[in-house]
Amino acid sequence: MSQPVEVDAVVIGGGIVGASAALFLALSGKRVALLERDFFGSHSSGVNYGGVRRQGRPLSQLPLSRRAHEIWGDLRAFIGTDGEYVRSGHLKLARSDKDMAALVAYEEASRGFGMQLQLLDHAQLRARFPWAGDVAVGASLCADDGHANPRLVSPAFAFAARRAGAQTFEQAHVSEVSHDGQAFVVRTADDQCFRGPWLLNCAGAWAAQLAQQFGEPVPMRAGHPAMLVTEPLPMFMDVSTGVEGGGIYARQVARGNCVLGGGQGFPLDPATARPGQAAILEILRNAVELYPPLAGAQAIRTWSGTEGYLPDREPVLGASSTQPGLLHGFGFAGSGFQIGPAAGEALAQMVCAGASNIDLTPFSITRFQSQPHTSSPAIVVPSGTDNVIPLLRGRSNP
Amino acid sequence: MNEAKNGAVSEAVNAPATSVASTVIVGAGPAGIRAAQTLLAHGLRPCLLDESLRGGGQVYRRQPEHFKRSAKALYGFEAGKAESVHTTIDQLQAEIDYRPETLVWNAESRTLDTLHNGRAAQVPFKHLIVATGATDRILPVPGWTLPGVYSLGAAQIALKFQGCAIGQRVVFAGSGPLLYLVAYQYAKAGATVAAVLDSSPFSAQTRALPALLGQPSTLAKGLYYRAWLTAHGVPVHQGVHLHDIQGERRVSGVSWQQGNQRKNLVCDALAFAHALRSETQLADLLGCDFAWSALNRAWLPTRDAAGRSSVEGVYLAGDGAGIMGADAAEMAGELAALTLLGDLGYRIDRARSIELQRQLAAIQRFRQGLETAFPFPEDWAAKAPDSLIVCRCEEVSAGEIRQTVAEGHWEINRVKAMCRVGMGRCQGRMCGLAATEIVAHASGREVACVGRLRGQAPIKPLPFGVEAEQ
Repeated sequence: MSQPVEVDAVVIGGGIVGASAALFLALSGKRVALLERDFFGSHSSGVNYGGVRRQGRPLSQLPLSRRAHEIWGDLRAFIGTDGEYVRSGHLKLARSDKDMAALVAYEEASRGFGMQLQLLDHAQLRARFPWAGDVAVGASLCADDGHANPRLVSPAFAFAARRAGAQTFEQAHVSEVSHDGQAFVVRTADDQCFRGPWLLNCAGAWAAQLAQQFGEPVPMRAGHPAMLVTEPLPMFMDVSTGVEGGGIYARQVARGNCVLGGGQGFPLDPATARPGQAAILEILRNAVELYPPLAGAQAIRTWSGTEGYLPDREPVLGASSTQPGLLHGFGFAGSGFQIGPAAGEALAQMVCAGASNIDLTPFSITRFQSQPHTSSPAIVVPSGTDNVIPLLRGRSNP
Repeated sequence: MNEAKNGAVSEAVNAPATSVASTVIVGAGPAGIRAAQTLLAHGLRPCLLDESLRGGGQVYRRQPEHFKRSAKALYGFEAGKAESVHTTIDQLQAEIDYRPETLVWNAESRTLDTLHNGRAAQVPFKHLIVATGATDRILPVPGWTLPGVYSLGAAQIALKFQGCAIGQRVVFAGSGPLLYLVAYQYAKAGATVAAVLDSSPFSAQTRALPALLGQPSTLAKGLYYRAWLTAHGVPVHQGVHLHDIQGERRVSGVSWQQGNQRKNLVCDALAFAHALRSETQLADLLGCDFAWSALNRAWLPTRDAAGRSSVEGVYLAGDGAGIMGADAAEMAGELAALTLLGDLGYRIDRARSIELQRQLAAIQRFRQGLETAFPFPEDWAAKAPDSLIVCRCEEVSAGEIRQTVAEGHWEINRVKAMCRVGMGRCQGRMCGLAATEIVAHASGREVACVGRLRGQAPIKPLPFGVEAEQ
């Protein structure tokens, strides 16, 4: 067996949370090893819709989301690329007066987090976004939200971590994790070994296994968003768009392609998933009423991924309650892309300073230790998160 | 012994009752049509799905119904075979569930997703013969996106289907048997063939002769086209490296390198390809195992000698599982159907099955000879300039792919994610292999060692507003 490489922290999972944790640790001068089973950012961090939005998140997430917004604003300085990030605005459409009332309530509840939501009635919506379908009775606009290309951004966090001095490994399948009383020992299938006092569990949909090993089982399940992209179309949609209560979300990239998501796919195996014909056809049939300029356009590609969901749709972020030195950051319920860099930074702060700047109590893993379904500390807000679709639609496994 | 083949044995002796729609064939080319015929002869009525308006496949593509050219004019030496395949599908269509103009765009849970006339539908299957055929293998060259540049197959379709030529003064380039055939067909049809530019050296064809002699009639046809072109004053150049295609708004000329000489020619259209590549997306979506084929220089779905894929109940026939040509496709279609019937418990003519396997093996040896005669231009990637557009849908250049490799990426799906190559409308069906060549060369790996582009639905684009059966 190979001799362990001594580090300060081992990060398992090279998605946007693990990679940004590695980046911030390396920038703080820590010795860090980032281990990714596949390629960096190749699972839900890289194949998600690409929404970079604060609007619609539970209030519990807004402090972290606000910090993430600052990081995104300085993205090029952090990761060396803008990753097609644009602050296009995020428009959330309401299809009924009831949905509009939910948007109004959310606007009131979320004041103080700097989002400056603008509520648009039907006439204002038509005037500002004439392409929006007539099924929308109104909308809420967050002008500073936007979208980016996750294929580029998420791996770029890992590459930036490498440039900052992190040891980064792709195709590194963790085969064994143990604690020798002083430090964690992490072995990979290709017989690399790392040893360090901190272990960051950022393994996304596959993180529950490690939590379980340290006596903290979590009721995580996998979700598989159905995504598709059109051929390039004339530019018409200048904001990223979602729908109150869930539905088909859409954005248009600079090349003209529209990226749409909605509904659930199904897993092929534990690591891969497909969007499924049911969800694809539902998008193709129903997107036009929300986004009429899509009529007659062609979808050229579909895809899915594997996302971790906890029952309350809040992530697990923070210290283990059973194992000193173990930190968790997973279960972002399909909404981790925007908030991921701030989550990674918070984990890095816990390693470097013993605590994060932002209170992570709502995301504690301890919420699953007693009466898991009744004692969620997450703040309940009238509006759910958009871009998260009920899990049982489409052909997802029950 | 031959009862089964003659159709005398029907369901009476046959084991499992199989409903009409549960046996499905995708592709009505020579493989699919022979498969359908064989199934029907044993009393099994398959569903035959085909993208085209009329059966025959690419090789025996039929002209529109009101066109009146003779088979001889359209298919030359192959007229008899073409007519036989066409007659077969004409006779079959009333007896099977034949669905032309039907795109299979996805496969999932033993169901095919189809698109016909703007309507989506699902076709469940228990047994499936995949006969999806091939397209041209394209190695891009500067200027290849100019109007007036066609693949060899497209140039042939223009002639066969619509009765029109792609230009008045046409250059044919690339390599492979189709190169000489299409040039010959154009010249016969009255177009001016300005030149044939073959990338393979004459010496390669000499070297290949022993293997090619195994199929003397096919070899003779090739030699005939070649001799005919020379006799009719068409310049044929061998060992040519196509340098670039010139033109402002459309093709106006071509330049190439032969030895250390650069040559130019004026033309108004050019067709090129380096043999064919298999259409494997459906097999991929079905979950078939793939293996690297050095002969095809491609990842292909694996099949046993009798045509079974790695997925139970899924059979592979024809060029879609490895390029062997139209004659082999007819045999492989019949063979796959016999294997399927045998697996279902039908009484089949085992001797016929063995004979087909023997003939296919012989054609495979001939195919090795063809590969020697028309070798893949292994220096293509090295010679491709940085400015060359490899992926025309997403406008990704060879230089951008090399830059991505220089940043540490070598796996083709990863390279695609980083620089968009193969992400566009064709989903890598046209550019994927060229991109793979560039990635392999730039990363210093074997072409077999840079991964395989994953198939993703839809196999071809799907429209918004599609109606669907529920």
